[in-house]
Amino acid sequence: MGARRSVLDLIGNTPMVEVSELSPAPGVRILAKLEGRNPGGSVKDRIALSMVEEAEKDGTLSPGQTLLEPSSGNTGIGLAMVARVKGYPVKIVMPANVSIERRQLLAVWGAEIIESPASEGSNGAVRMAQRMAGEHPEYAFLYQYGNPGNPRAHYEGTGPEIWRDCPEVTHFVAGLGTSGTLLGVGRYLKERNPDLQVWAVEPPSGEMVDGLRNLDDGYIPPIFSDWGGPELLDRKAVIGPRDSIWWTRRLAEVGIFCGISSGCAMAGAVRCALAIGEGVIVTVFPDDGWKYLSTDAWTGDLDAVVERAKHIMYF
Amino acid sequence: MPVEVRLPTVLRPHAAGSSAVEAQGATIGEVLGDLTAHFPGMAGQVLTSDGSLHRFVNVYVNDDDVRYLDKLDTKVSDHDVVSILPAVAGGAG
Repeated sequence: MGARRSVLDLIGNTPMVEVSELSPAPGVRILAKLEGRNPGGSVKDRIALSMVEEAEKDGTLSPGQTLLEPSSGNTGIGLAMVARVKGYPVKIVMPANVSIERRQLLAVWGAEIIESPASEGSNGAVRMAQRMAGEHPEYAFLYQYGNPGNPRAHYEGTGPEIWRDCPEVTHFVAGLGTSGTLLGVGRYLKERNPDLQVWAVEPPSGEMVDGLRNLDDGYIPPIFSDWGGPELLDRKAVIGPRDSIWWTRRLAEVGIFCGISSGCAMAGAVRCALAIGEGVIVTVFPDDGWKYLSTDAWTGDLDAVVERAKHIMYF
Repeated sequence: MPVEVRLPTVLRPHAAGSSAVEAQGATIGEVLGDLTAHFPGMAGQVLTSDGSLHRFVNVYVNDDDVRYLDKLDTKVSDHDVVSILPAVAGGAG
């Protein structure tokens, strides 16, 4: 590979690695795509670039215009990096209870952080950003939860890369989040192989949403409905923080230093492996472990780490 | 047969503050019907007026979302744990 013109040209084309030594079923291979290898450190670099370039093309983003986005971390970081390179100021609305490294990284690329109440979780950050976007029509509000550029980045990038590197895939397992990865990759892979299954995993909403007053305050990302999420997914399971952290540690034992949402994805792949007995699972590890060192996820007492994880957004 | 039903914070006031209650039924539909019969305040929150699952409610049997199993016909048996959770904007988004 020759030298690239810009760091933005390094987004995507991430490596895939076999983690079958951790598979609980001898007939099931598990492969993981390491999205932490993106220049901003996570899978979200893909959608940050795709949403910004789409907005530049359709005129919703003009030179020097301020970007506003709700994010518990990685999208904000990816967007801050892309915006720094391209010269846009960025404001990120983020729940107060995210790990310190996320704030530090946003500061590296000069993003302004606006805190939303920790007790309202991601839903609170989304609501606050929507309100601010309404009050400030001069901001460009790309809104990852509703922007088709989010799943499209995976339909055009992550999905084809997986098919190129592992056409024998039978099951795709990934974290839900905004649902962009599952929708984009899932649609691409099912178009190639209609028998392929798409399994989603998500962390329990648990104590993150104590601020929710009413179930009508619940939230489903618009892209999930727009891209046929309910029909696309074959299974969806909750993975608790204990399983997520335990599998993050197991991955370190085979040399893979990844974030806690990767442990969650791995736990989901293991559940899938136990259920199917035979097949080839591809999963996505959204980021590396660097941003989680302060949580003691690898070295702390497991019970204490799990207890803290219930109060800190890690997904 | 009785199963344990874990409640989200937002529903606990309707069950005298309990975080988990017991309900009877062989399917998720029966369990939720029994639950809302005992705690009428939950009725409109969990099921819609036509008896389907509320859009912003996720119901799990042992961590599996019933929307991707057999929905309200999903079978439950002794020792299963049913959890009700609100839909949230997930993610490291």
